[in-house]
Amino acid sequence: MSEGMMSVAYIGATILFILALGGLSRQDTAIRGNYFGMTGMFLALVATISGVVTANYFILIAGLGIGGGAGLVLARRVEMTAMPELIAILHSLVGLAAVLVGFANFLDHGNSLIGAEKSIHDVETYLGILIGALTFSGSIVAYLKLSAKLSGKPLLLPGRHFFNLGLLLASIGLCVLFVSQSAAGGGSLPLILMTIIALVFGVHMVMAIGGADMPVVVSMLNSYSGWAAAATGFMLNNDLLIVVGALVGSSGAILSFIMCRAMNRKFLAVIAGGFGTSSGTAGTGSVGDVGDVQAVQANEVAEMLLGAKEVMIIPGYGMAVAQAQHTVYEITRKLRDKNINVRFGIHPVAGRMPGHMNVLLAEAKVPYDIVFELDEINGDFPNVDVSIVIGANDIVNPAAEEEPDSPIAGMPVLQCWKGKTSVVLKRSMATGYAGVDNPLFYKENSRMLFGDARDTLEEVLKNLN
Amino acid sequence: MRIGVPKERYDGEMRVAMTPDVTESVRALGYEVVIETGAGVASKFSDDRYKEAGATIAENRESLYQECDLILKVRAPSQEQGELDLLRGGQYLISFVQPAQNEALLEQLVAKKLTVLAIDSVPRISRAQKMDALSSMANIAGYRAVVEAAQHFGRFFTGQITAAGRIEPAKVLVIGAGVAGLSAIGTAKSMGAIVRAFDTRPEVKEQVESMSGEFLLLDFAGDDDGSGEGGYAKVMSEEFIEAEMALFAEQAKDVDIIITTALIPGRPAPELITEAMVRSMKDGSVIVDLAAEMGGNCKLSEPDKVVVKHGVSIIGYTNLPSRLPTQSSQLYATNLKHLLTELTPEKDGVINVNMEDEVIRGATVIKDGELTWPPPVVKLSAQPKKAPEVAKPVVKTEKTRSPWDFLPPFAIGAVALLGLGAVAPPSFMSHFTVFVLACFVGYMVIWNVSPSLHTPLMSVTNAISSIIIIGALLQISTDGLLIRFLAGSAILITGINIFGGFAVTQRMLEMFRKQGE
Repeated sequence: MSEGMMSVAYIGATILFILALGGLSRQDTAIRGNYFGMTGMFLALVATISGVVTANYFILIAGLGIGGGAGLVLARRVEMTAMPELIAILHSLVGLAAVLVGFANFLDHGNSLIGAEKSIHDVETYLGILIGALTFSGSIVAYLKLSAKLSGKPLLLPGRHFFNLGLLLASIGLCVLFVSQSAAGGGSLPLILMTIIALVFGVHMVMAIGGADMPVVVSMLNSYSGWAAAATGFMLNNDLLIVVGALVGSSGAILSFIMCRAMNRKFLAVIAGGFGTSSGTAGTGSVGDVGDVQAVQANEVAEMLLGAKEVMIIPGYGMAVAQAQHTVYEITRKLRDKNINVRFGIHPVAGRMPGHMNVLLAEAKVPYDIVFELDEINGDFPNVDVSIVIGANDIVNPAAEEEPDSPIAGMPVLQCWKGKTSVVLKRSMATGYAGVDNPLFYKENSRMLFGDARDTLEEVLKNLN
Repeated sequence: MRIGVPKERYDGEMRVAMTPDVTESVRALGYEVVIETGAGVASKFSDDRYKEAGATIAENRESLYQECDLILKVRAPSQEQGELDLLRGGQYLISFVQPAQNEALLEQLVAKKLTVLAIDSVPRISRAQKMDALSSMANIAGYRAVVEAAQHFGRFFTGQITAAGRIEPAKVLVIGAGVAGLSAIGTAKSMGAIVRAFDTRPEVKEQVESMSGEFLLLDFAGDDDGSGEGGYAKVMSEEFIEAEMALFAEQAKDVDIIITTALIPGRPAPELITEAMVRSMKDGSVIVDLAAEMGGNCKLSEPDKVVVKHGVSIIGYTNLPSRLPTQSSQLYATNLKHLLTELTPEKDGVINVNMEDEVIRGATVIKDGELTWPPPVVKLSAQPKKAPEVAKPVVKTEKTRSPWDFLPPFAIGAVALLGLGAVAPPSFMSHFTVFVLACFVGYMVIWNVSPSLHTPLMSVTNAISSIIIIGALLQISTDGLLIRFLAGSAILITGINIFGGFAVTQRMLEMFRKQGE
């Protein structure tokens, strides 16, 4: 295939990728968008393979075949509740690939650049490997944290900021060393040292971030995997890689920004790690009487639901943990059959990944047009008869609005307490990830339903019949 | 333990302290339930239904009082009905007692060596709401008051415009916006009347307005808040009462129906509607005096009777909840069930009067023959008395944006780009142009993505960022073993990503469906 044809194929692939992302703006165009993405990938692969590859087809086909097969099996088998883990592991693979490609490119001395162009090329290689390694180790740690193989608590080393600064300075120094050595034909040692430093940095960065900040971490790593691809594109002088890397990188960055805004936290503060460690005062004094909660039984909740006209369900990470989404759907269907308007209110940071709750509800067959975002629904709470909060805590905490000295002050929250009654499903009276007490539980119109969310909801469902 | 529920013998009392539904839940607490034959007939619960629910039927009340350890009643036991004599030492009794008004009765119960819990003395705190029988009965009374008023009011409640002319809506004034008052407001409103309400406690204004009633404000300069202990009203100052009476006098000329619910705990009802006001009302108007039992808010009302004076029907029924016996029994029995649940934490059918528990402490007026009333003052939680610290809304410090705010970052960016352009070779700059433009395209496209699709967005971006496979493809054909190995591994793992990422995205997207699909 001629170079001109390849460029045309790459332009086509670029357009298809942009259309793929554009298709995700609405549910009914999303599937078409995914097909665009697949077509773009196919086009890019065919053009590259036919235009560039001249030998070693066996490795190529075996690699694609085994990898592709493994990917398909993974995609089919994964539980929807384990989606954040899958995404994290996929990010780590992009990072690893960037590292491998970077090293392969460094070792392949086929191109003969000189002077400034050579230096720029070396810096690009260096950056590609750096971001790739960082994404790789960071995503692995994120995966371990998400799958609870590591504690979700932030690990805060003493002097960790200085440690990070030291790593940064070391990698800059190594970069200078690498560029000068590479000009003389060497440079493998600084490159390997930097890779190790980047791996350590990735581990350390994610270890320092708490469980509730996971949505930010996952989207941040998403962004990094994009920047790694873009850096690789610069290294290879390949515009397709640059464009895709930039698209993915900005996509992840926007997601991180949305998540941070939804928690009213600065991006840098999240990355610096540890919730509440920097804020001086912990919110203690809360309005009203603390300590007096009203527990109810499942059958009473069922009666409340049957007597309601407007019901709002607010799911949180606890719903995913308890795998309660199918029961939630059954309850929704029962109530909607009785002409009770059931809707869902989703907070952007509910769950462990942007859009986590939507996917779980979709899996349970909840139609997406009764699932609403925070901004769309918050004004409707005064008309809601019963809100059911399932395994969520900080995202419905009135302290965010009522107590200026609370650690979560200013975070937008779902104002379920403005409705007639809120039922909170919870395993115990423990606080959420932010470690902040929730005055919602003590409000006069709040009821607590203790127990495992799936068991209690099953019980509610039984009582609806 | 065995619970006995006798038939209520008070004249006109239709309620019963136990229903078949509640029987089942009480038995789940470990109790046996004995019902006097015919106890539920007036409330439309037959003996058979109690039997189905697992209760035993006692043929006469003597045996019931003899064999049961805990007696549940609606009305306090009375001498005239012979109930006091049937109670025996060591027994437990739960019913309405009104200890503040019934000192003589308390003495007799003490002499009997009973343990008595007064359901009307349950403290008004959030946790005890489900046992608050006063509220549940008041709610029914408020509803029924409007129904009684409609019965004696010979006109429409709702306004209509018909071909034959206009029908004016009725105007209803509700005095006292407690539970009964609010219930009356809601009922009258739903029948189409214009509803106004007055209360000495200014904080109920919101509640009245939430029922779409109009809250009347007093033309009064003083600072007098009528909120007393436990959310009930207290006695007001003279100036206040004067202003209040002027308001009522003026309203009486205008409205068609007045429903009064003003009570101050433990005191005779305040007289709010004078004879002169009744006289000023239109012919055919109605007054419902829910305080008739405590002396009446209207001077002319007579307990348990409907009297017509100066052309105004004055209804003084004292037992309105009894006029809806099935549901009032249901609610009352449920209140009792909740109290019993608190009293039997072990669910073993043994009553445990735990005086450490503030709800049980408040309700217990006599324990083992010793007077324990009045209880020590309970800390309030239902409503903070005056909410002195109004929670300040979180102050959002949004800087007013100057149109020139964007200048500094733009300037820095421009300088950085210029610096880059000065040193970088042209081939790099052309790639860099593509990169910057792609970032902007990404920015525009991603903001449009529906938040509910953020997870599929992440998995699809994951799949397409595996385009990095191109880098591996460029190197796969070289001869170097190490390079081949690196490139091959990269192809393998990006293969996982490409296929896995697109497939899982597809799987997720297929799950999203609209209603009815």
